[in-house]
Amino acid sequence: MNENTKARLNGLLLSAAHKIGLFLAMTVICLPGLWIVLASFRPTVEIMAKPPVWIPEDLSFDAYVAMFSGVGQGGIPVIEYFRNSLIISVTSTAIALAIGMAGGYAFARFRFKAKSSIFLGLMLTRTVPGIALSLPLFFVYSKLGIIDTHFGLIMAYVALNVPFTIWLIDGFFRQVPKDLAEAAQIDGCTRWQAFWQVEFPLAGPGIASAGIFAFLTSWNEFALASQLTRSVNSKTLPVGLLDYTAEFTIDWRGMCALAVIMIIPALVLTFIVQKHLVSGLTSGAVKG
Amino acid sequence: MATVSLEKLVKRYGAVEVVHGIDLDVADREFIALVGPSGCGKSTTLRMIAGLEPISGGNLRIGGKIVNDLPPRARNLAMVFQSYALYPHMTVRENMGFSLKIAGQKPEEIAPRVEEAAKTLDLTHLLDRRPSQLSGGQRQRVAMGRAIVRQPEVFLFDEPLSNLDAKLRTQMRVEIKKLHAKVQSTVIYVTHDQVEAMTLADRIVIMRDGHIEQVGTPEDVFQRPNSKFVAGFIGSPPMNLKDAEIADGHVVFSNGDRLPLPSRFRDRVTAGQKVTFGLRPDDLYPAGHGIHSGEDADVYRHDLRVILTEPLGNETLVFSDFGGAEWVGRMLNPRRLAPGEALPFCFDLSQAHLFDGETGKTLRG
Repeated sequence: MNENTKARLNGLLLSAAHKIGLFLAMTVICLPGLWIVLASFRPTVEIMAKPPVWIPEDLSFDAYVAMFSGVGQGGIPVIEYFRNSLIISVTSTAIALAIGMAGGYAFARFRFKAKSSIFLGLMLTRTVPGIALSLPLFFVYSKLGIIDTHFGLIMAYVALNVPFTIWLIDGFFRQVPKDLAEAAQIDGCTRWQAFWQVEFPLAGPGIASAGIFAFLTSWNEFALASQLTRSVNSKTLPVGLLDYTAEFTIDWRGMCALAVIMIIPALVLTFIVQKHLVSGLTSGAVKG
Repeated sequence: MATVSLEKLVKRYGAVEVVHGIDLDVADREFIALVGPSGCGKSTTLRMIAGLEPISGGNLRIGGKIVNDLPPRARNLAMVFQSYALYPHMTVRENMGFSLKIAGQKPEEIAPRVEEAAKTLDLTHLLDRRPSQLSGGQRQRVAMGRAIVRQPEVFLFDEPLSNLDAKLRTQMRVEIKKLHAKVQSTVIYVTHDQVEAMTLADRIVIMRDGHIEQVGTPEDVFQRPNSKFVAGFIGSPPMNLKDAEIADGHVVFSNGDRLPLPSRFRDRVTAGQKVTFGLRPDDLYPAGHGIHSGEDADVYRHDLRVILTEPLGNETLVFSDFGGAEWVGRMLNPRRLAPGEALPFCFDLSQAHLFDGETGKTLRG
């Protein structure tokens, strides 16, 4: 066997190993999701069976039908939960993005006193686990009377997301060459126009990814929401999952069905936005 | 009418002053080149004129009006950046029409002006491409197109050719010169390349450490440099500049080699004075291979040993040893020279320069 054949064979083997590795990784990531979807269609007996039943025998939409039925027929206020989740997530994401854009731009473009300390301080807030703050937050919120309100949760999620959005958006604005905004100003733009006409579109992918992240964080958050919500006024979908636990039983099928309802919007959103996440949009702006 | 006047213009970053009160008057339609080594303040000066950098002191007038605090858009100028700074999310057409769009012009007014500029710069077939699909030279032309579409009173160029390869640079240099002849705007052109400055500009401003060293026509700065710095900066290959001392009517170099002191310098120097002696490579040539015949009275002949040659085809640069240092000479109608070969050289002392050894200022004879 000459060296070329050997090298080619090696390459083939490597790429095969690569694909097998990827497949295994994807299986580990996807299997729980798939299991949730499957479990939402099968009776509890089959879900709890030992050894597990891999191929479902009895599929039905019962859990979904029950979920939307009235109280007493296994129904829960899905529509209200969904509405709460949507209002809270969208609003907190919008605010976190607005602050993140302003902050990220400032960190990327301007020089000011204690810049790096402020930045470090923002990042340090990420090291505190959210759940550790839930008790103090609960006391403050109860004094302010904003427990069980949309406003309260939105505030909490904005605070949770802002450091991350600033950090991510800062990085993207740094990639937009300074020359472009200057060229736009020479071309007749005000500082404000230069931002919206040139820098904002170019940092768009970064802002979109920050948006997805902030949205998913708010959408999936459970720990804080379970402390700060009480009723259908403000309960979000993750907290709603607890409606399926009773004193002695847990309705796994119902819970999985609600989980599927939760996953769908997140998936749809990610799919819509991901095609805008084209990197390398700034190539060609400047030499290089 | 667009004259540009800098009056004691100062730029400070905190406590550090980088431009020290420079004065300059640029006439209407004049092509001015700012040259100097990197860090001399030429780009900062240009950015102050553009309005991208706040002015710390002095006045800037465009068309007679003080514009110190006006934003760039109110100064009616266009700028070509070293990086081109094309908007990557827009096509060439949109890039070129952007300023007009911002100015609120209608699409049907913008289109013909973009087309016209594209025709001038041979960009018509590229109008619908994006900057990322263009080559360096094409991007450069788009950047210029974006500038001329605005029909500004003043063009600013910030080292526009330094990202191009040598051949393209020569080509674009010609294009810029043609463009200036056509659009007849005032141009301020920053470069570190003295060849660009010499070939393009009506007048050259040589800057160093935030000061202006000399302002003059290309001939002026080449033939009558004000200082050792200008003499060494302008001209390629650079002037031979060697430290020496004056002694009994001669210029004496460190190892004792000497050249006769040209008579026009007699009254300007005293014996024992430290000087720098300057001679351009064109004025140091093997006998019979120079611009001049070498028969003039002011030509000093001396045998030199060749260290190294750089053949350029029509001429050869000859490096040789004299006065304890290396000198570059230019040999026209070259013949092949072997390293180590000794041959008679002509020093054309009528073209020699003397600079004060301490201040570096020229000693005019």
